[in-house]
Formats: sequence, structure tokens, C-alpha cells
Amino acid sequence: AMLGLQLPLLVTVQINMELLLLTLLAFWTRLSQLSYPNAVVFDEVYYGQFVSLYMKRVFFIDESGPPLGHMILAVGGYVCVCLCVCVCVCVCVCVCVCSCAEYPSGVCVWSLRLLPAVCGSLCVPLVYLLILELRLTHCTALGAALLLLLENSLIVQSRFMLLESVLIFFQLLSFLCYLRFHNAPHSSWSRYCWLLLSGASCAAAVGVKYMGVFSYLLLLGVACLHTWQLIGDRAVSHVSPASPHASSVTSSHVCVQCVCRCVCLLLVPLLLYVFWFYVHLSVLYRSGPHDQLMSSAFQASLEGGLSRITQGQPLEVAFGSQVTLRSSASQPVPCWLHSHKANYPIRYDNGRGSSHQQQVTCYPFKDVNNWWIIKDPGRQELVVSTPPHPVRHGDIIQLVHGMTSRFLNSHDVAAPMSPHAQEVSGYIDFNVSMPAQNLWRVEIFNREAESEVWKTILSEVRLVHVNTSAVLKLSGVSLPDWGFRQLEVVADKLNKGHQSSLSWTVEEHRYGTSQEQKEREAELHSPTHIDVDSNISFWAKFLELQWKMLTVKQEESEHKYSSSPLEWITMETNIAYWLHPSTNAQIHLIGNPVSWGVANLSLSAYQLLALVYLLRRRRGIKDLPDDAWSQFVAVGWLCVGGWAVNFLPFFLMEKTLFLYHYLPALCFLFLLTPALLEHTHSHLCLAHRRALCVCALAAAASVFLSYRTFCPLTYGRPELSANQLQDLRWRESWDILYRRR
Amino acid sequence: MAKGECTTQWSKTEDTCSTLRNRKAFLSSEKQQQDSQPKDGDNSQTAGHSSKDGTQSSNGTSAQWTDRGTDPPRKETHSSVLLLLVTVLSFSTRLYKIMEPAHVCWDETHFGKMGSYYINRTFFFDVHPPLGKMLIGLAGYVTGYDGTFPFIKPGDKYEHHNYWGMRGFCAVLGSFLPVFAYLIVLELSQSRTAALITATLLIFDTGCITISQYILLDPILMFFIMGAVLSMVKFKQQTHRPFSAPWWLWLVLTGVNLAGALGVKFVGLFVILLVGLNTAWDLWGLLGNLHLSLVDIAKHFLARVVGLILLPLFLYVTIFAIHFVVLNKSGPGDGFFSSAFQSRLIGNNLHNASMPEYLAYGSTITVKNLRIAGGYLHSHWHLYPEGVGAKQQQVTAYLHKDYNNLWLVHRQDENNSEKASQSGAPDLVRHGDIIRLEHKETTRNLHSHLHEAPLTKKHFQVTGYGINATGDANDLWQVEVCGGRKGDLVKVLRSKVRFLHRATGCVLYSSGKTLPKWGWEQVEVTCSPYLKETPSSQWSIEDHINPKLPNISLSLLKPHFLEILLESHIVMIRGNSGLKPKDNEMNSKPWHWPINYQGLRFSGVNETEYRVYLLGNPVVWWINLASLGLYVIMVAVASVALQRGVPLDQRRRGRLHFCGLRGGGLLLLGWLLHYAPFYTMGRILYYHHYFPAMLFSSMLTGKIPEITENICDSCFISFFFYLFHPLSYGMRGPLAHEPASAMAGLRWMDSWEF
Repeated sequence: AMLGLQLPLLVTVQINMELLLLTLLAFWTRLSQLSYPNAVVFDEVYYGQFVSLYMKRVFFIDESGPPLGHMILAVGGYVCVCLCVCVCVCVCVCVCVCSCAEYPSGVCVWSLRLLPAVCGSLCVPLVYLLILELRLTHCTALGAALLLLLENSLIVQSRFMLLESVLIFFQLLSFLCYLRFHNAPHSSWSRYCWLLLSGASCAAAVGVKYMGVFSYLLLLGVACLHTWQLIGDRAVSHVSPASPHASSVTSSHVCVQCVCRCVCLLLVPLLLYVFWFYVHLSVLYRSGPHDQLMSSAFQASLEGGLSRITQGQPLEVAFGSQVTLRSSASQPVPCWLHSHKANYPIRYDNGRGSSHQQQVTCYPFKDVNNWWIIKDPGRQELVVSTPPHPVRHGDIIQLVHGMTSRFLNSHDVAAPMSPHAQEVSGYIDFNVSMPAQNLWRVEIFNREAESEVWKTILSEVRLVHVNTSAVLKLSGVSLPDWGFRQLEVVADKLNKGHQSSLSWTVEEHRYGTSQEQKEREAELHSPTHIDVDSNISFWAKFLELQWKMLTVKQEESEHKYSSSPLEWITMETNIAYWLHPSTNAQIHLIGNPVSWGVANLSLSAYQLLALVYLLRRRRGIKDLPDDAWSQFVAVGWLCVGGWAVNFLPFFLMEKTLFLYHYLPALCFLFLLTPALLEHTHSHLCLAHRRALCVCALAAAASVFLSYRTFCPLTYGRPELSANQLQDLRWRESWDILYRRR
Repeated sequence: MAKGECTTQWSKTEDTCSTLRNRKAFLSSEKQQQDSQPKDGDNSQTAGHSSKDGTQSSNGTSAQWTDRGTDPPRKETHSSVLLLLVTVLSFSTRLYKIMEPAHVCWDETHFGKMGSYYINRTFFFDVHPPLGKMLIGLAGYVTGYDGTFPFIKPGDKYEHHNYWGMRGFCAVLGSFLPVFAYLIVLELSQSRTAALITATLLIFDTGCITISQYILLDPILMFFIMGAVLSMVKFKQQTHRPFSAPWWLWLVLTGVNLAGALGVKFVGLFVILLVGLNTAWDLWGLLGNLHLSLVDIAKHFLARVVGLILLPLFLYVTIFAIHFVVLNKSGPGDGFFSSAFQSRLIGNNLHNASMPEYLAYGSTITVKNLRIAGGYLHSHWHLYPEGVGAKQQQVTAYLHKDYNNLWLVHRQDENNSEKASQSGAPDLVRHGDIIRLEHKETTRNLHSHLHEAPLTKKHFQVTGYGINATGDANDLWQVEVCGGRKGDLVKVLRSKVRFLHRATGCVLYSSGKTLPKWGWEQVEVTCSPYLKETPSSQWSIEDHINPKLPNISLSLLKPHFLEILLESHIVMIRGNSGLKPKDNEMNSKPWHWPINYQGLRFSGVNETEYRVYLLGNPVVWWINLASLGLYVIMVAVASVALQRGVPLDQRRRGRLHFCGLRGGGLLLLGWLLHYAPFYTMGRILYYHHYFPAMLFSSMLTGKIPEITENICDSCFISFFFYLFHPLSYGMRGPLAHEPASAMAGLRWMDSWEF
């Protein structure tokens, strides 16, 4: 729509009726009866859980993607709450989306699914505009928009609380804005608004799913190319307008332009990406189910959870402190240094012997046996002196187990599960000429960042055995039944570099006051109190969270409907999203077979054509005028490039993949089909133009027909009979369910 | 001439129109060079060059050589003297102390052992293609090693065994690397200084020395990689004499070396990619040359297809053919391969065996899983413990031959095999039939039900159920031949069979996870509800006993050579991707490598032992890293300047031509191709994987004039080599982190552990 303002106040409005109509149709196909089915469909379980955590402000990690996508869905949740209040429905009912299979009220379902559906609908006009920006005709644009509009799989995917449609929306938007920028006259500054918007939507795409990175890279590549051409354009001056050839308009200096592009396409997306995390972390301030994955310092910054325990702890660890030591390794599970009244078996099953001293393990649960007392080797007392004498980097300490009073000890005896390392035990003197070797040197790993003094939660400490210079280490292996399946702790001489399994942090901490063992036991059982605050900066939290998201390994999971990338091209598999509990009504992720066929056809046709053109041009035969050629190339980078970057990376991924991962790539292919048709129409089939038009119309009609055919599986109604469902099973490999009556 | 190429390389991305123009300029410039009257191609840019400068390579540094007034004959002798010097130095550094230490070091335990397998002709399995180990075995054989040393673990003493041949062979191949590098850089830059710098870097790199001195695949691999690059460069030099004898020679040599590189390790694919890209670029250039007719271009194209694709492919297949012919005895590698494959091996119990060809009712069979090292379907009297599904008899997969692996095949309705078998020949089992499998020893039926499996929680438990083969409906399994249709017979050894559980629709599956002690650490067997065809859910019938049926000799079922080839590749690829780093194990990351962050311990841990530590000469490696950065910056600045049309002065332009891009891009590409892919690899990585890339970056260093000027006396590097030489040639005494050690001052990074 174009809007022009003239004086005296005369408002002329130009409305592109095609565009308006397409938009309305898109909204109609995506938004009608959005709250049906009133049940949790497929991955909505997964996302719904995060939305409800957002509503409760509870911290979580989702390693599958950055937080923006979840936040957008959560907006739907807030809308739901507002609406609920308006219609006087109990709020709390709406919030607990995850706990019940049926959404509690139609209103909520509608609002939660609204935003993805709106994004999905807006993709249709975006495609229309994108084709126009490629300098193709309205008919072509209409064709591309129609293909998108009538694509069953896209409709299904946007009608539920899923993220693909949001991702596609931002990807298309970023390319549209970039092309707007590129096609605008060089003199105007306002075109940089488009570039800015393009950068922002790139950041949004990356923020929704990491897949967005690849289309962002494509856009950057194209932008680099255009910038390179700009640099080569000698009509544009270097910096100053004083140069004789330069135009007088200030915006056309190369340096300024390059800097502007860098800011808009590199800096702004980066900042925005960090901003999503900032919002994420500031919204989610309560502790929750995933706390355990994070470091103690991170956990302490969340409300509830660890901070409730650590609140009021003394900050500096002193001689006489009572502490629990948490291993920094979160693999296989987070755990605390532990000992208990049980000894290592004299002989292991494989015949090796042990010291038969008290077991020292790592235990993944809070327990009173996790408490250790830090003792000064030179003093007898186990209480903190006044003033407290803090432990510093390099100090020698002994560690006394709180409940059993055994000293943490290591010696040249092979550890139970990792025989290359030394056993760690609670020392018992059996009078077998095995002297106590219980001195440990404190090495604070992050002393540059923190301080030389050992601090609760903040300091990462390595405990180096003084006699053998081995380092206390969590080996990660679980002990057999005699060790109660707890994790093995060893002292390892081969300490290569910085490993999280070597470092330990003090989590719970208090200054010991009781000299007597009985008193001390009572003290250990009592909760901790005193005050301290440990805030870590946003950057530290951001970096930790980002690192954890990228490194946390997902369980290798199988799924009935998972598929491999090669199967997507031919739509070998479908995904059953929902089946009515009693009838045959069901929803499937099945694409429009005709559109997929046409899209695949045009992909191979384009590649073939491009190859022929390239070879012929190389031999000096120019089939196309220059502007037609550059248009052909532009269509190639956008459509084929967009398809490739959204598809090929999946071959390298090892996670479980589904058909819906192909949808972004498919959208770009839909752009290609009509563009190629127009190319054929205006450059190749000059003799049979009419036949071509007829073919195109016939294709459009069959796309529409097959859309109509699959509608029942797309919208879940009307219900079909078993026979009708049988007829819809166009491929043997599709899995369509029906009940026998 | 470099000017033309320069523009072409960096305007690739520009619209094709200008590429075309530049391309022409490049070609014409090349032509001019052919006339041995080298002038700079782009006259408008380099008209100022003096003819003297032109005859020499057009760079700033080689001017030194020019100024010393060398006339052609003396230059020739200089060249050969230098080459001789490089060769002698290279051989002497690599062969020095080759016999020490006289025990097995690091991966010698694998590759030495595999060399012995070739001599003993026993079959083994390795994740790498066979050429490297074949050559090691050959070298051992020729020098009188008898293949009897067991190579059990690192540190074992060789004693009287003859190991010098194998080590010497690797060291000789390793000694060629600096020589090849010298020749490549000389060819690419026409500057002897640059070539000499490169050779110095490599000769005096402790890492290159260490990795060449032991029985490893890396020196062999790098020999072929460098050989391929050298032949490619030489081939390019013959451009003006297409289809002449040297042209063919270098083309064929490139192909041979490519086959060699791929035949040693799959890393050879990277150099194939490098040569492929270079060849494609070359052909693209030829295509743009409008003076050549299409027929000529087709000839060029076909010649390269033959030389660089067909010939290497043929050689590669030949290597495998030799491998399979030589290794004809049963050995430790049998279990990785399918039963059909094993029937080829002398000493395997399937060799020369005979059994009925098609599976029949009433037969006694063993069923083997198709995943690598998949076990036999197994059951025993022990029950699943309390809390692990139903407390019924365990069913597992077991890797060894055992009478508990035997199962009887029954029809779904019949109870006793005897009844049916009395009436003549038994019926054959067909695709789609429903059968019951009875465990012969315990008379329980193979059974599954909706309890979760012991380890893979999403799968169902498989048990042995029933007494005297009387069970329930959960004992029925449908036989499905993969790729078969209804009515197809089940062929022993060859058919891939799946067993679908009738009641739950799941498929019999071996997860590969080891059960805890209660399961005797055998492999878990489950029933998977996911019906994907994976090797884990496919089984083959291995032993088949049925006296009622005529036996056929298994030699009839022996797989075809191409099938063997395909199977061994599948097994190798799966084996490679199975080498996953374990959690809690320090593994080397690709970013560690160029900064020389951490080496590898080859031999010896404590103070008294003879220690060898694989670590690059830090000075060499850091110079390489710096020059890599410098090169990228220089090229970026230069190409922006060119693109903007900034007038450059004479000296700068000369320098630009030099790093220009004459082959510099090729070397950078080589480095990238041999380094970047490691970031995407999921398998476990080691420091020594970087060495091929390091060769390329050393060659690049030689080509950068700034570096070359500053350190042109090799004393600098040899000094640091002198400091670090104990890393390669062995050290004793206290470890370096103790102040008493001789190496104490040299432990520049905390992560080094010598």
C-alpha cells in the first residue's frame, strides 16, 4: 500500500488489491478456528512447558535454541492471562499449560497459537513483496504467494504453538529489507533504515532458532559482495567530498558506507542477540529444574534454590570453616565431595587390592556427609579463630570429614575404577606402614579474576596432594554396589590444563564454632545462616548460559516420526500431529505434493540452466542481455542459496531431525518456481508463450486441488472415513492412522 | 604475470563480465611468459619494470640474488647444491637415533602390529584404508622382520626383533617432506630464498622429525600428500606443452599420489579436494580461452578425468584387492564383518563349511546382529533381576560362539519340531511368515512385552518365556527379509532379516549397550518400537543345521569382490564415526593445534624412562601462525587497494606479486582444507592430525617476503631446534616442571608435559 500526503491536506491512498487480498486469504487460512483442536498437539508439550516456566518466572535452559522463540510464545501466554482476566476466568488455570493435556479454555489456546499463526500468515505478503524487489512481475509474485498460501505443511506448522513459522517470517523479512536497501537510490539516508531492520530481523531469526545463522551468513555474504562492488566503484570517493570525481552528496563515501553496513549487519544483530538473553535472564529470576546444570555462582544469583541456602554465608573460607565442596564438572551429574562409614573392599572383583580405608566419593544429592572441615595442619582446633584466618592460594590444608572425622588422604594405591590414578580415602591407620598423607595445597584457578583468598562459590579451587602432586579429580565413573553407585573420586597425576573435573567450589559454608565432635554433628545438621551476597554480572551469566547451551549434549533420542534430510525432498515421511481421541479426525504434517514436485522440478531446472548459461558465457556466447543475466543470478542466490543454506547443514547434524526442519528451505524453493517460469516466458519459450501460460495455470489449478484434497488432514476436520483416508495415502511410506469400526 | 593472476583471483566474486576480461589478461600474460621473455602481463600496471627485474621473478626479495650477479649456469649449480644440502640435512635429522628408543612407542603398537599381520597374512580390521600398513609390512618383510613381535602395548622392548626396517622406511618417506616442500615453493615463487626458508622450517621442526621417526601412518600419508601437490605444481608448469611426455608424466604422478594418499588414510580426501578444485579452476581457464577449440578442451578434460579420477580409483581398488588377497587367514578382524565375508577366511569356522541354503522350519540356527561387532542372539538360565522389567529369563547378544546361541525355528501353531519333520522335507520359512524361536538349551521362547528394556528405556524388554516351548501370543515374531517381497526365501548368511513382534509391532534390536554385572556384561537386546531399518535391527542367519535338507558349500555364497569392497568401507566409516571422545577425557581440540598448545607423549612418563614428546618447534609454529595472519591481512589490503585502483609504488607492487598470489592462494587453500574440516568432525581428535596442514602453512611462510627478509638466516631456527631437540631425540632425567631438569627453562606453556 502506498500512502502519499499532499498539500492542502489531500490524502491519496494507493492500495495494491492483490496484496491485500493475499494477506486476507493468508489470515483466513492460518487463523480460522485456531483453537481447534483444543488439545496439546505434538511439540506443543515441549514449548508449553517453557511458556509456563516463563509465566512462573522460573529459570530454565533449552539447549535446542536461543530464548527469543520461547519469549515470543510466552507473549501469547501473557496475552492469554490478560484475556483470562478480562473474561473473568481464573488466571492460574490458564497458566498451568503443561500440566494438563487439554488446554483449559479456548481463549488460551487461541492466544498461545496466535503469534506463530500471524507470523505464518505474514509470510505470504512478504514473499509477494520479495519477488517484486527482485524486479519480477506482479504475476510472478502472485504465483509465489499462491504456492506459499496453499502449502498444507506450512499451514499446519503455523497453526500451532511451534517456532518454524516465526523463523521463516524473520528470514524472509531480513531478505526483503536487504533488497529494499539495495534497490533504493544510493543518495538517500533512509535506506539505511531498511538495512537496520534487516540486521534486526537477522538477529531475531538467529534468536528464534540457531538455524537462522545460516541464512544470516548468506545475507552477509551477499552484502559483502555488494560492498565489494561498491569499493570497486571508482566514481565513489574515498572519504572526503573534496575529491574531484565524487558527487556532492555526503552519503556516498566508501568508508562511511562500509562502516554503516558493518554497524547495521554485524554490530546491531550481535547486540540484539545479547539483548534477547538479557531479557531472558532478567525475566527468569527464580530457581528451577535446570539449576543443577549451572555453576554455583549462577545458581546463587537465582531466587530460591541455592541462594536460599547460601544467603548469609561468610564469603571468605577460613581455617576451621565447615564447607561442602561441589565438583565444577556437570558431567555426568553435578555432585559433592562425600565420605561415609564404609571402607573400600580389601579386594576388588578383578583381584586388585585396595587400602581398605574409608571410601571417599562424589554424591549427587545434598547430604550431611558432604560436610568437610578445613583444618590448619599446624593447629589442633577445628573452630574458626577470631579474627578468622582466611585460606589463600598456595596454603596447605587438611580436610576433615565432618561426621566421621577422617582426614582426606591419598596415596600410591590404584583407584578402584581408574587404576592409572591414585586412590583417595578417609585415612584409617591400620598399622600396616601406610602413613597418612593428608596434606593438600590449595590452588585457586581463577585467582586473576577473583582474588588470592578462597571465596565461597566464586573461587574455583584445585586441591593438589602435597606428597605426590596429584590433583583431586572427579573421574565420572560410578562405583559398583559396594560404593553405593556413587561417583568415584581419584587423585590424578596427569592433570592436563584446565579441566572442570579437577576444580571444586565451596557451595555451603559456615564458620565452625563447636570443638566437640557431638556438638559439631549437631551443628552440621542445622541449617546455615550468616549473610553474604554473591552477585555475578550479566556478562558472566550470559557467557555461562551460552556456553552451556552450546555444549550440553542432548540425549540421542529416537522418534517414531524422525526422518533423514534426503527423505525430505521427496516427502518420504509425514508426521502425525494429532488424532481425535474417538473419531478419525486427525492432523498431519503433509505438504502439498504438487507444490513440492513443482518446486523440486524448478530447482533442478534452474541448476541445469545455470550450468548451460555459465559454460556458454565462458565460450563467449551471450544468451541473455546483461540485466536479464544479473536478475537470473539474483534469483539464484536468493532462492537456491536460501534453499541450500537452510537444507545442507542438516546433513552434518547428528541430532534427531524431522520433516518440519525442511520448511524454511522449502519456502525459498517456492520463490524460485514462478521466477523461473517468468524467465522461461520472457527469454526461452518465445514461440510457445501461450502454451506456457496454459501450463502455468494448469499447475496452479492442480496445486489448488491438491490443497483442497489434503485440507481435512491439515485442519483436522471434516472427519474422513477409513476409505477416504486410504485414498489420501498417496505414498506407501506415509503413516495415516484410522480406526477400524 | 602475477598481476593478471592477482586480479583474477580476487575478482572471482565480481560479476562475470569483468572476470572474463581479467581472465583474458591472465591468459595472455601466461602466453607471454611462455616465450621465456617474461614481462609482466598487465602492461598498464607494470610498465615500469626493468627487464632485469622481469627475468628474475618479480619480487622484492629475490633482488638480493640478482644483485649478487648470478649468471644462469652458476644459478643452476647453486640450485642443485642447495637441493643437495636440503636433502642431506633432512635425511640426517630424520635418521639420527632412529633405533632409539628400542621399545614400542605410542601408536606403533597398532601399526607395527598391523604390519605384522600382513607378514602373517591374518585378517584384521582398522578404520584406515590398508596401503600404509601394507607398505609398513612390506618394509618389514624386505628388511628381514619375521612378524613375530606381538606389539602388545607401548613400552614393550623390541629385543632381538628387527624393527629398523619399518622405522627406517617411515623416516625415509618423512625425509622427503622438506625436499618436496623446497621444490614446491621454488616452483611456485621462483625464489630460492623462499624455498630455503620453507625447507629450514620443516627440517628443524621437532614435531616433523618425531612424527617421521616411528612406525606410523602419518609420514606415509604426508609423503603422498606432498607428492601430489608437487606433481600438481609441476604439471601446471607444463601448461604450455600440453600432451607432451612430461605433461603426461606429472599428470599420472599426481593421480598415483592421490591414490596413495587416500589409500593410507581418509584424510587423503582433502588433498584430492585441493587437486580437484585446482583442476576445475584450470579447466575453467581453458574453457575461457577462445583460441582453443571445443575438441581440444574435451581432450584436456578427458585426459584429466583419466589421470586424476579413473587411474587413482583403479589403483585404490587394486590396493584393496591386494589387501584381501594377502590377508586370507582368520584373525582378530573377523568379527567386524558379516558372516558371508567371514566364510572367505581360512581358519574361520565358516570357511569351507556347508549348510542348507534356505532357512526352514525345524532348523537349529544362530542369529547374528548386523551392527559392527554385533553379537549372536543369546539366552541363558539367569533371570532379569528384580526391578528390571519382568523377572523372566535374560536374552542378550553375545560376541562369542556358544551353545547358548542356538535357537530352534517353529511354526506359530506347532509345539514340537519332531511332529512336522516326520512328514518328509521340512517347509521353508518365507518373508512374512510368523514364527516362534525356541531357545534350544532352556526351551524358552523368544518373547517380548510392554515392559521397558533394562538400559534403553524407550524400547521394550525381550525375555525368554514359557516352558518346553509352550508360551503365549507374545512369543510370535514375523520374519521380514529386507528388500524382499511376500514369499521370498531366507538365504543363510546373505539375507538381512528383521523380526517383527506380532503383538506390539516392535522390532528385535541390539542396542550395543553393555549390561551390568547381572547380565554378565553381555550386550542388551531390546524390541524397538521405531521401525527404521538400521543394522541394529537387522540380523543374519549364521549357523543352520537341518539334517532333512541338502547342504550346499558356503563357497557358493562367497561375496563378490565389489561387495567386499563396499562392506569394508561401510565398516571403516562406521568404525571411524564410532571413535567418539569419552566424557571426562581430555581430548585435543582443533584450536589447540596451530598455537602448539599441547603435544603428545610418545614414550615414557616418569623421570627414569626415555621420554619422547611430540611437539612442534614452538618458534617455527608461531612464525607459521603469524605469517598466516600476515598473509591474510596483506592480501586483504592489497586487494582492496587494487579494487579501489589506488596507485601503488614499484616496491609494494613487487611485493604484492610475490605473495600473490602466485600459488599463495593455493597453499592457503591447502592449509584450510587440511585444517577446517576437523572442526566439524565428531570423532576423537589428536594433535598429530594437524601435521599435513602444518606443511602447507610452512610453505606459505616461506612465501612472505617480510618474514623472509627478517629471518633469512636459518641460524635463528636451528638455534631453537638445538634447544628443543631433546623432545625428538629423547630425554631422561627429571620432568620439565622441576627446576633441576635440563628442559626446565623451555617449558614455555603450562600445557606442555615433557
